[in-house]
Amino acid sequence: MPLIAEVFPVEKDDFVSAGEVSAKIKRTLKKLGVDSSVLRRISVCSYEVELNLVIHSLGGTIDFSVDEDGVTLLIRDRGPGIPDLDLAMREGWSTAPESVRNMGFGAGMGLPNMKRNADEFDIQSTVGVGTQILMKFHLKK
Amino acid sequence: MNVAELAQILDAKVLNPGVDLNREVESGYVCDLLSWVMAKGAPGCAWITVMNHMNVIAVATLLDMACVILPENIAIEQATLDKATEEEIPVLGSGKTSYELAGLLYAQGVPNPVK
Repeated sequence: MPLIAEVFPVEKDDFVSAGEVSAKIKRTLKKLGVDSSVLRRISVCSYEVELNLVIHSLGGTIDFSVDEDGVTLLIRDRGPGIPDLDLAMREGWSTAPESVRNMGFGAGMGLPNMKRNADEFDIQSTVGVGTQILMKFHLKK
Repeated sequence: MNVAELAQILDAKVLNPGVDLNREVESGYVCDLLSWVMAKGAPGCAWITVMNHMNVIAVATLLDMACVILPENIAIEQATLDKATEEEIPVLGSGKTSYELAGLLYAQGVPNPVK
């Protein structure tokens, strides 16, 4: 049974609240005494995926859970889906619009940053349906 | 060197006075691409950026940075500064360019971020 299980909605184009979910997750894990290097990796992943939802999706949710084995982030959006996942995973490749790039986003580092920082990373996407990302982080025992 | 000492060396103004300036500055970094900073930044880092919106504070908070430094007298909204204060991130403002600020940090022996 999970110790913590929370679902956070993240809305499209909500740049003002962007990062709030990640900050909540970080605060919760800090209270649980999660090691700072693991906490940093989880923060990078949650922030990147939160911003991806804001920039690229039609909105979605971040399911955050903690159990004895570790921390899990399950992200599901309502579309539009990614046509070419290999390309999307490539560092430096981005479909972010100019307006978003001008804010310092859209470096094409989000998905590669997530893959690098999560202990387990899986992405599934169907155009017209949506994208699902599963990330797991092992906790030091 | 803590943030208060750094502000003095850089001749920078603390834009959110009241925030704790005792945090030790362990490293310095200059970049305006937020994901790039997420990948390369580190706890205790002094981050120089021309970006002045709310997400700069989010990145600095999540990476547990020492402070954010805005060059060239770049303006920043009060709401963003309030958020920085709430998250205990000092925001420094300076008339100097990023290049000059980085040079001064480097001259003080402040290293690149180490994770």
